[in-house]
Amino acid sequence: MGGGVREVPATAEELQKSLLEALKDYKPQVEPVKGYIDIVVPVEHLVEAAVKLKELGFDHVISVGAVDYIAKKQFKVMYHVTSYLNEDLSKFMVSLSTYISRDNPHCPSLTRVWLSAELQERETYEMFGITFDGHPDLRLLLLTPVVAALKPLRKDFVVKEESDNIETDYEAFESSKWW
Amino acid sequence: MSEGSASGVPHLPGMEVRPVERNVYEVQIGPSHPGSGHMRIIVELDGDVMVRVDPDIGFVHRTMEKLAEGRGWIKNIPLFERMAILDACNTTLPYVEAVEKLLDIEPPERAKYLRALLCEINRIASHLYGIGIFAVFLGHSTIYMWAFGDREVFVQLAEDLTGARLTHSYPVFGGVRRDIPDDFPQNARKAVRYMRYRLDEYAKIYLNNPNIRKRLEGVGVISKTKAAELGIVGPNARASGIKYDVRLVEPYEAYPELDFEIPVFEEGDSLARAWQRVEEIKQSLNIIEQAVDWLEKHPREGFMHDKFWKTAPKLYKDVYEGNIPYAGKYRVKLMPLFATLKVPPGKAAARVEAGRGEIFYYVESDGKEVPYRVRVITPSFRNVIAFKYVMPGHRLMDLPAIYGSFDYFPPEWDR
Amino acid sequence: MAQAKQEQEGKAYIGNLEVAAQLAKESLIKGTIAKAVDWATAFSLWPVHLMTSCCGCEIGAAWGPRFDNERYGSLPWVGPRQTNLIIIEGTVTKKMACTVRITWEQMPFPKFVIAMGACALDGGIFYNSYNIVRPWQVVPVDIYIPGCPPRPEAVARSIVELQKMIRNRGVASKWLIEGVRKDLKYVLPKEDLCGWRGEGGASYS
Repeated sequence: MGGGVREVPATAEELQKSLLEALKDYKPQVEPVKGYIDIVVPVEHLVEAAVKLKELGFDHVISVGAVDYIAKKQFKVMYHVTSYLNEDLSKFMVSLSTYISRDNPHCPSLTRVWLSAELQERETYEMFGITFDGHPDLRLLLLTPVVAALKPLRKDFVVKEESDNIETDYEAFESSKWW
Repeated sequence: MSEGSASGVPHLPGMEVRPVERNVYEVQIGPSHPGSGHMRIIVELDGDVMVRVDPDIGFVHRTMEKLAEGRGWIKNIPLFERMAILDACNTTLPYVEAVEKLLDIEPPERAKYLRALLCEINRIASHLYGIGIFAVFLGHSTIYMWAFGDREVFVQLAEDLTGARLTHSYPVFGGVRRDIPDDFPQNARKAVRYMRYRLDEYAKIYLNNPNIRKRLEGVGVISKTKAAELGIVGPNARASGIKYDVRLVEPYEAYPELDFEIPVFEEGDSLARAWQRVEEIKQSLNIIEQAVDWLEKHPREGFMHDKFWKTAPKLYKDVYEGNIPYAGKYRVKLMPLFATLKVPPGKAAARVEAGRGEIFYYVESDGKEVPYRVRVITPSFRNVIAFKYVMPGHRLMDLPAIYGSFDYFPPEWDR
Repeated sequence: MAQAKQEQEGKAYIGNLEVAAQLAKESLIKGTIAKAVDWATAFSLWPVHLMTSCCGCEIGAAWGPRFDNERYGSLPWVGPRQTNLIIIEGTVTKKMACTVRITWEQMPFPKFVIAMGACALDGGIFYNSYNIVRPWQVVPVDIYIPGCPPRPEAVARSIVELQKMIRNRGVASKWLIEGVRKDLKYVLPKEDLCGWRGEGGASYS
């Protein structure tokens, strides 16, 4: 399945160097994180970088997540990927991330590259309001339309201390006896 | 009625031929259904064969990721346990590991063995629950009773160790909450012997039962490449031939020093998934024996990192040694430093092999007392895509056979 | 004369239908048939298979071999039309509230509700979540069990308490006579719970 990276990487630093080398057309940058490797590419090159990563052997997505940086007015969309079939790469986690603007959040969908991202992109769509262009079936997954309109995981939605009460009618039942 | 416009249909004068849609009708297997599982599956059927399957989930969505942003670091451990309450140690362990990476501390070795011990006890309890529920789906309620009865043995072991049946909250930052009691090793060895004998009986009446084999063999086959493409995790992937286990690939806690195997099956059908879980229970029993031997031999110190233990008041240390007669031995309250813990800014990720597969956490902190963002992906959520791509083409009565073999747990996939 | 003697002994005889009906009603209220109806209802409380949330694990264990609850006559059954108990275990989310209400309405009277766990009391550990409701605003609740999750022994105790409540207060026989449970405050949610689910949005159309 696909050609691996040229030398077998033994540590995360070697893998990071060879990934930066392989993706150098797409202007990658690295952010300091612990436990995985984070590579940031601009939005225009996201799909091509993903195709290149799939050729290198990363064949499924662990997580599709977004973080709301409200002070910088940006969303960061992260795709954590790893490999099942390529045994040298399966001990590493690589995150392909991109920054998109908060006012009109659109991000190209990577469902055609990695099928395992389909349901998780739907979840990110309903929690943050980010539209994934090119997704085959973008609709709500976990929330009802009433709650999804609040776009819950954004930072400007503040959780109240008490959750809502339902209006109930206690006397009306007596008049509606049907048994 | 003719299907298709041209093939072999006689045209009489005045007759109009047009294609007719297949007879497809929609069945909603709703949230209240015979079986356990709070989800809705919308199935489109053509006769008896499923054509399209759409999972409608979200009936137990309790918004844990958003609530975690408003609570302190230590308070999130009981919150995240409720995702997969059977497997409580495995579900909160990656969160604790990620925060330890941010705090830049590593738990002492005894704490690592204690965590691995509880992880394996939980794994066995979770697999037995899965076996029991799967049997109830197929109508084999004897195994439901046997599995739940045998599960009580291991839940009782966990209660001796941590004090609670299901919600242990055992791994904390820097180590674990308490040490093992004095009579724990002999109880653990008795439980291991008992379970080994019981697994042979399970094989006799459940896995080699001709009715069950007829129902499960060749149903829900997932090939190796398809499983890698869909991103299936856990025992489901290992039953399709993918040799991937986080304990082997990126070992954590005490697993680099423990000696165990990963069973892998090639067929990828429901029967292989059922066998996979039984074989994994056998391996977990080996690990429990090794961990208990190690814990018995080595001295009782270092269940908690020194950074937190030296801030504990003297009363805690007295109770731990057993100097206070009415309080038990080795029982410690929560360290006071946890209540106002401020984690240095950074981003970390960690993953662990839970009973149902690989669970992944991404934790981001900006220096405050509450996390900035916690992203959690549970194994059952990654298996939901199998509804859409594995089930079509089977008959409607194969739906329980496939659903049960995947060992879903809806509170886990909804978080 | 013979007629007067029979009336004094309290026996009703065919021919005087109003008197017969009156005496039958009195014996039903005060006599052994009422106790028999209550006893039968108390020992056949069948809960319906509606797992709402994570306390479902303890329900599975409570009806398992170690904490056998079937000795009280209760058998978890699949269809709401043949059961008379609903155990709301755990958190009820907005999507699930419609299901709980519809399942409760499908069950025949006299029916009972047990709210299990801290999340069913007042939200529990998810008290400030925006996606949950309080179950006592959706269905009328008889018995509450605290705990997170409650031990299976507590679930067994709640079944016993419900049995005592039925037999002491004569709930089932009073329902037979008067047709209504006067001891319980009925609940009718004014909002359209199923409208939250966006019906029609989840299918392919």
